[in-house]
Amino acid sequence: MAAEKMALAKAINESLRRALESDPKVLIMGEDVGKLGGVFRVTDGLQKDFGESRVIDTPLAESGIVGTAIGLALRGYRPVVEIQFDGFVFPAYDQIVTQLAKMHARALGKVKLPVVVRIPYGGGIGAVEHHSESPEALFAHVAGLKIVSPSSASDAYWMMQQAIQSDDPVIFFEPKRRYWDKGEVTTEAIPGPLHKARVVREGTDLTLAAYGPMVKLCQEVADAAAEEGRNLEVLDLRSVSPLDFDSIQTSVEKTRRLVVVHEAPVFFGSGAEIAARITERCFYHLEAPVLRVGGYHAPYPPARLEEEYLPGLDRVLDAVDRALAY
Amino acid sequence: MTVESTAARKPRRSAGTKKSPSTKPELVQLLTPQGKRVKNAAYDPYVADITPEELRGLYRDMVLTRRFDAEATSLQRQGELGLWASLLGQEAAQIGSGRALHDDDYVFPTYREHGVAWCRGVDPINLLGMFRGVNNGGWDPGGNNFQLYTIVIGSQTLHATGYAMGVAKDGADSAVIAYFGDGASSQGDVAESFTFSAVYNAPVVFFCQNNQWAISEPTEKQTRVPLYQRAQGYGFPGVRVDGNDVLACLAVTKWALERARSGEGPTLVEAYTYRMGAHTTSDDPTRYRGDEERLAWEAKDPIARLRAYLQVSNHTDDGFFAELEAESEALGRRVREAVRAMPDPDHFAIFEHVYADGHALVDEERAQFAAYQASFADGEGA
Repeated sequence: MAAEKMALAKAINESLRRALESDPKVLIMGEDVGKLGGVFRVTDGLQKDFGESRVIDTPLAESGIVGTAIGLALRGYRPVVEIQFDGFVFPAYDQIVTQLAKMHARALGKVKLPVVVRIPYGGGIGAVEHHSESPEALFAHVAGLKIVSPSSASDAYWMMQQAIQSDDPVIFFEPKRRYWDKGEVTTEAIPGPLHKARVVREGTDLTLAAYGPMVKLCQEVADAAAEEGRNLEVLDLRSVSPLDFDSIQTSVEKTRRLVVVHEAPVFFGSGAEIAARITERCFYHLEAPVLRVGGYHAPYPPARLEEEYLPGLDRVLDAVDRALAY
Repeated sequence: MTVESTAARKPRRSAGTKKSPSTKPELVQLLTPQGKRVKNAAYDPYVADITPEELRGLYRDMVLTRRFDAEATSLQRQGELGLWASLLGQEAAQIGSGRALHDDDYVFPTYREHGVAWCRGVDPINLLGMFRGVNNGGWDPGGNNFQLYTIVIGSQTLHATGYAMGVAKDGADSAVIAYFGDGASSQGDVAESFTFSAVYNAPVVFFCQNNQWAISEPTEKQTRVPLYQRAQGYGFPGVRVDGNDVLACLAVTKWALERARSGEGPTLVEAYTYRMGAHTTSDDPTRYRGDEERLAWEAKDPIARLRAYLQVSNHTDDGFFAELEAESEALGRRVREAVRAMPDPDHFAIFEHVYADGHALVDEERAQFAAYQASFADGEGA
């Protein structure tokens, strides 16, 4: 397989397969990841090919999954654990925040915790409660964790390779509504750095910054704005911690306007951090305040309301209009 | 301590793989509080070949651990440590279980396992850094197969289970021991570690020191059944041992570790003991418990009972006790001097080891902090 068009979920599957093949210490753990192949089939076929001792169906206990993954990492393994849905990560939150994130520092660098926590996240699939959330900011606030979210099949493949190779714990947020989106994956490409943003569309009038599921939306927004004669730049941040402020700054110094888009609630979201830092870095370049589009300060709504809750084409265009009106 | 190596993990027909010696709700005891040796058909084999020298060694371990502990308490009172969690009263549970371990076994402690750390060869001075506030642990866990102290209650039982799952995957002939307390037994992580270890048949021993008090809450606030009986519901044996009887703790832990090493999975050991002191130096036990209980437990002191046994058995002479007293005082002095000489960490230690592979924000903030500090230096110089 040199270059192949595949769905984002399949790209992760291929990446996990490659990791299992190339490093005997890599393990897959999670609920239903074995025979079933995961509820989204991301681990499809892996247990069949690599056995039950490497692709491990776990008891239904998220703290137990992450806590035992920590122990396995201390033993020299590189566990890739799956949390079945975003809203189910919280039983593991204690292990992730108090243990996984801090153990390397606590040991003054003498132990490493190469654990990847995969979390299918975000809405737009008409799911029931706790299946559509975007909790990335709750993890970004914690030193010791790295947080990434791919937006394309190619990135999903390569960023997973890099996350598994990382000696730091990585929370890998998978945009579940984009699992079935196909893209070209070149398995021999030399990937760029894991935590570097990428300009996915060049523009001059305003920068749209997003990651994961919102990158595609921002590209659609840019297309729509182009019909109105506006030339928007779209920046795929790819990494939430660390955030590539240099790339945002470079873009904003050119476009002078920034709108940050994420599904997570705006309040204390990653957009707030970006707005604060970019205001500091680009104060004299900005023609408008940094605007944010995201979820509201309300529980994620029932599926029939999610279109109103989630940032959509018109809501982002509205923010673009407001930013350009300054 | 010798380590047997076998290529495959399969049950061996040895003394160690006999059926669970006891599930009756009674205490395994080999030494009475008066120091009288009592027979126990199930566990005697595990200490049958113990030599007088080894018995003196256990006594020495307990005396020195208690001396170290007392010194640390004093150092907290003198302001040299910010906090200390005393193990007073739990010496037998920790030394007995700690001396049952092989070198390649791995220990996951709470923050009170000073006696186990001693058995692992961790320099006691290293334990004091976190209590002085110069680090959050800092010793090399791999150096002595002794994980850092874990403060969040019960978290380490899952790490121990995961580590043991790794040991099993590696086909290694070693075991893992997880320490926790009666309070931790209520934590979900402990329940999940029981589930995972049972399901994966992980070679782990859960060593619960039931010291009767979780800060101010008595065991009755944690459980309606004796803690060791919980194991049954998970499908592995549980045993209650006299936690103030070093010989019994040694024997029972050896049995449990042997089960783990021979592929028979987890065991829960409940060491029934008593926290003679406060929870930590910040605690005031007079607010929640009376003297009567403490005095009753004082009569079961782990060190006094082994001393009585050693003397009755003619395993010691006055020279031994005198030498140990001198060694004990020397240890106290060394600890005192080392703690007082322990330097504060460099300010930039804040930014060290946050990540293994670096992080742009940490680099940026370190530079800002350096510039801020340099601005003061310039100001002073001007």
